[in-house]
Amino acid sequence: MTRIRFQQSLDDLKEQLLVMAGLAEQAIQRAIEAYRVRDLSICDLVSRSEIAINRLEREIDQASLDLLAMEQPMAIDLRFILSVIKINADLERVGDAAKAISDRVRNMEQMAAADLPVDIPRMASLAAEMVRKSLQSFIEGDAGMARNVLTMDDAVDAMNRAAYKALTRVMEEQSHLAPQALNALMISRALERVADHATNIAEDVIFWVQGADVRHHKSLKTNPDPHAME
Amino acid sequence: MGVGIEVINLNAWYGTNHSLQDINLNIPGNHATALIGPSGCGKSTFVRCLNRMHETNPIARVTGTVRIGDLDIYEDVQPVEIRRRVGMVFQRPNPFPTMSIYDNVAAGLKLNGYRNHRVLDEIVEKSLKNSALWGEVKDDLKKKSGASLSGGQQQRLCIARALAVDPEVLLMDEPASALDPVSTSKIEDLIFQLKSQYTIVIVTHNMQQAARVAEKTGFFLNGRMVEFDSTHKIFTNPSDKRTEDYITGRFG
Repeated sequence: MTRIRFQQSLDDLKEQLLVMAGLAEQAIQRAIEAYRVRDLSICDLVSRSEIAINRLEREIDQASLDLLAMEQPMAIDLRFILSVIKINADLERVGDAAKAISDRVRNMEQMAAADLPVDIPRMASLAAEMVRKSLQSFIEGDAGMARNVLTMDDAVDAMNRAAYKALTRVMEEQSHLAPQALNALMISRALERVADHATNIAEDVIFWVQGADVRHHKSLKTNPDPHAME
Repeated sequence: MGVGIEVINLNAWYGTNHSLQDINLNIPGNHATALIGPSGCGKSTFVRCLNRMHETNPIARVTGTVRIGDLDIYEDVQPVEIRRRVGMVFQRPNPFPTMSIYDNVAAGLKLNGYRNHRVLDEIVEKSLKNSALWGEVKDDLKKKSGASLSGGQQQRLCIARALAVDPEVLLMDEPASALDPVSTSKIEDLIFQLKSQYTIVIVTHNMQQAARVAEKTGFFLNGRMVEFDSTHKIFTNPSDKRTEDYITGRFG
């Protein structure tokens, strides 16, 4: 084994990204919890974690840039660092989505409670599961697990479309509930984006582990052999 | 113009050491092909088999077929003719130290019977232009010796000398490993330009260099060709674990 210091740097980079992943996952779970129990103190925690996430995003990008410039990595090491840079950006966006949800919760707190025809907790639970599984696939370098995440995205998209339909009808037919419906719609949209970021993370894990670029290729996403479509 | 090289079941020995084993590959014409691998893996032996230099060692032996274009170099021709069609540049620049710059470039032509001064002048100028050295030496062609040039210039002089006899293939055995970064980058630019006219095979320990200049890359290990593919594929997603371990620095 040569380049021991470089391998150590790759391990350190992975560890930093896992800290970032932990913060982003916690932020989205807290935002969902804040929605469920309407607790503004949890919203404050989400805002604080966003600051930490943003700082870590810059540190991880810098560490990745240093490794690219100083070590000229190749093959799986090059793919790993590229994936880290992209996953890092997606995790930062998950943090942004958590903040967006907590902002809506603050807004809803000032309004009368409304019984809206949308199951945000179910959608939130699916989106959070996608984030958790995509990060688990990164930790374990498991492309198969990452491919499973890709198959979950359609369900969240469908839920978001259904929420849009139901909530616009509320706005049309019960205009006094329009502000609450709009907030719920924005939360639904944020959760749909969280699922998209989890999908991106899973695609990056597949690229890192197998060297296969499965973005925008429906058939490649579930095909376990990266060379089968080449 | 450069021609393709077809290698079939090539084996080479130094005494009892079986240094190349069952090499089969097609090197495309008018492209640069890089050969990489750890020291002693057989890559230099391989290029020396492409111009029959390997057999100049009395204990060396070669079997198999090497076709350069439609010429079977181990069947159809004398080694001297091969070396006219296949130029070679070595790791350390080796100009003839007492000869002028002009005579260094013209040496191979004179050996091949060229005597007409006007023709010699034209070829020397063209070769020095093709090796990107003309602008730096044109006023001192017959005044300065080859040895008076810098290391990078000497290497380009050796390339001009190789090009002067109008080869189809240019073999380069670590041509920039003894040069500073600026001279190295000039040699790499030159390889990039020359590959439209010649087939270039370059042995290098510098993987970034291979990635920059070559369209195809072959990885040698323990006398065998482990993987031969597009440079892009080799350096981003090689098929063989041994290739990946080598280029990521896990051994070698």
